[in-house]
Amino acid sequence: MSPPRGLLADVVPFSWVDGPGNRFVAFLQGCNLDCLACHNPHTMPRSTPRAREVGVADLLAQVRPLAAFLSGVTVSGGEATLQAPFVAAWFEALRDDPATAALTRYIDSNGCATDEVWDLLLPLADGVMLDLKALDVAVHVALTGSGNDRVLTSLERLAREDKLVEVRLLVVPGINDGEDGLRRTGDYLATHAPGVPVTVIGFRPHGVRAAARDIPEPTPEERARYAAWVAAGVGPDLVRVV
Amino acid sequence: MTEVRSRARALVDSPALTYRQRVAALAALAEETLDPPPVSAEAAAALARGLVDDLAEGHAPYRPRYLLPDYARALAQGSSFLDLAPPRDLHEAVGFLLAMYSQVPSITGYPVYLGDVDTLLEPFAASVDDATLRDVLRLMWVVIDRSLPDAFTHANLGPDDTRVGRTVLALERDLLQTVPNLTLRVDPDRTPDGLLLDAVATVFACGKPHFVNHPMMCADLGESYGVVSCYNSLKVGGGSHTLVRLNLAESVRGHAGGVEDWLDTTLPRDVELTAEVMRARITSLVEQSRFFEHSWLAQEGLVSLDRFAAMFGIYGLAEAVNTLVERGGGTERYGLDAEATALGWRVVETVAALVADTPLPYCDGNGGRAFLHSQSGIDSDVGVTAGTRIPIGEEPPLAEHLLAVAPNHRHFASGVSDIVHFDDTVTRNPQAVVDVIRGGLATGMRDVTFNLDSNDFIRITGYLVRKSDLARLAETGVSRHGSDVLAAGSVANSHVTDRVVKRVISSESAPRAAR
Repeated sequence: MSPPRGLLADVVPFSWVDGPGNRFVAFLQGCNLDCLACHNPHTMPRSTPRAREVGVADLLAQVRPLAAFLSGVTVSGGEATLQAPFVAAWFEALRDDPATAALTRYIDSNGCATDEVWDLLLPLADGVMLDLKALDVAVHVALTGSGNDRVLTSLERLAREDKLVEVRLLVVPGINDGEDGLRRTGDYLATHAPGVPVTVIGFRPHGVRAAARDIPEPTPEERARYAAWVAAGVGPDLVRVV
Repeated sequence: MTEVRSRARALVDSPALTYRQRVAALAALAEETLDPPPVSAEAAAALARGLVDDLAEGHAPYRPRYLLPDYARALAQGSSFLDLAPPRDLHEAVGFLLAMYSQVPSITGYPVYLGDVDTLLEPFAASVDDATLRDVLRLMWVVIDRSLPDAFTHANLGPDDTRVGRTVLALERDLLQTVPNLTLRVDPDRTPDGLLLDAVATVFACGKPHFVNHPMMCADLGESYGVVSCYNSLKVGGGSHTLVRLNLAESVRGHAGGVEDWLDTTLPRDVELTAEVMRARITSLVEQSRFFEHSWLAQEGLVSLDRFAAMFGIYGLAEAVNTLVERGGGTERYGLDAEATALGWRVVETVAALVADTPLPYCDGNGGRAFLHSQSGIDSDVGVTAGTRIPIGEEPPLAEHLLAVAPNHRHFASGVSDIVHFDDTVTRNPQAVVDVIRGGLATGMRDVTFNLDSNDFIRITGYLVRKSDLARLAETGVSRHGSDVLAAGSVANSHVTDRVVKRVISSESAPRAAR
């Protein structure tokens, strides 16, 4: 069997916003959610002329000369788990190459992955950063076009297996910024992902589709309020707001 | 003489100079009335057209450009010149050092080296509590800034984690002074992440410290070295008689042919012209003004001639390479395109070999040769890039930038500084900066220096100034720091404020395929 190839939207050789330390990030093309607030909508289609195919060896070769400068790599998207065989092969190659073996391997995911996918990826991954778009199904559907069953199942499993390193809450004014919903989200995370850091991200219109461009950007005070509601459940030390 | 008299009058009457700046300018004017150290007509012409530049060190060298007294020895033996016994406690040690600093010359009139303050003071700190240590060091730091108002004044820390070092970093974040400049020596096996994170937090606050590769420095200079002024690394108990620099861009301009021909003929000739100017200056300092015979530092064994050498600086590599490439019909640029960057490496390698093959007098500190130095520019440079840096505003993304410049670093035992610019998002992830530092050192970089957008500090050619001080200088015409005046010239002439921000594309804030 020939090694799996990936469909790549882009790479960022040095990123300090995709996990701990300085990280090489591969953004894979294609997503299984249809988020109104996505700031990289061009990474959503499963195929596009802007994406390019990449082999495991090629992507490994891009990391090797930079390894000394990195804490690790992160695979993001799009939704990286849609290309799980490729991610697994890349992670395996990184693990087995002495030049890159010390790097941590993180996955940035929307959580819409089956147990089989996690079975494949988790033994090779050091951590997962998960987006939780909304706790309520109706709100989740409004924001993403899908329900959140699978997201919650993934979140709980990752937390149980000690692989959940960060939960990200993108708060969109008028849609998922209600006090009740955010407080319940905090309580839910306190129960199912205790001790896991939570990042509350205020919506920014930069890069989003036309349909979302008129949504207002929350003020710093509003963002602080969102964070406080979540923190009521998980504790203030675990909540960061950006 | 009439011209000298009118210039002296203008200095005496100038409303823009402090007393000390006025005295220094008048002394320089007096020195200028003497004949410069004699050189051949060809070397004089090279100086006149800016091919070789003695950095206006003056016509009659009477102190080495950079001098690194052995402060540890002074503290241990006391000083008859200073009439001070060896200090017995922290207060006496700090008083001893402050007194000594006032009597250490350099090209700027202020000491460029304050010593490894952590190693020097740690033994005295053992018997005081944290609050006392902080109070004493705070006074020391404030007195240094107010009495040695020159950003070329430089203190060293590391590579080990010490209470004094941690306290100094905390004070730096609190005081936000431009003086002293600060270097942290980093040894991957000895410097813990905790200390590096503390230092990175300090960079976020005030642009200091500068980070150097301790094992690499030790290999080139021995264990006892210091980093002074704008990242000049030299031997402690020694220093550099002079720093003369060769303008590579001008060397290429003065050459009619292509790359090979320039490397084979013009470059060796221009290296020799630079060396000739250095020889004349060194001989004048040692044999005519006889610094090493009458200086108290030499008499008390705190510096010795055999630990001295001189610094051979180069600058304008980027323009030299780009011009050579253009002449060959290419459009590649140094730092951005692999072939042009590789040509830059080859030029540096060639210069290094030439300098290593050029004997100089009184340079026993480096086997009778000059230390090669990537010279970080002066305020009057226009249209020529400092040292071996990538031109300001053209720098590629950070990863490419570091890989492009790192191969040059091994050649510059007396220092090279490539300034890396970060945007504010990195302040939420200081470990990322630690990763970049460790990576830089692991891949053969001699030093790493950062500029961050969000604080009041800006690195000019290598030293720091406060943006607010520059604004005040523009408004009032007066500055307590002599270096601010130089900095205002640099900002006007070389657009250092345009240095490209290393804006890492963020998965949360930027469209990724937009590049």
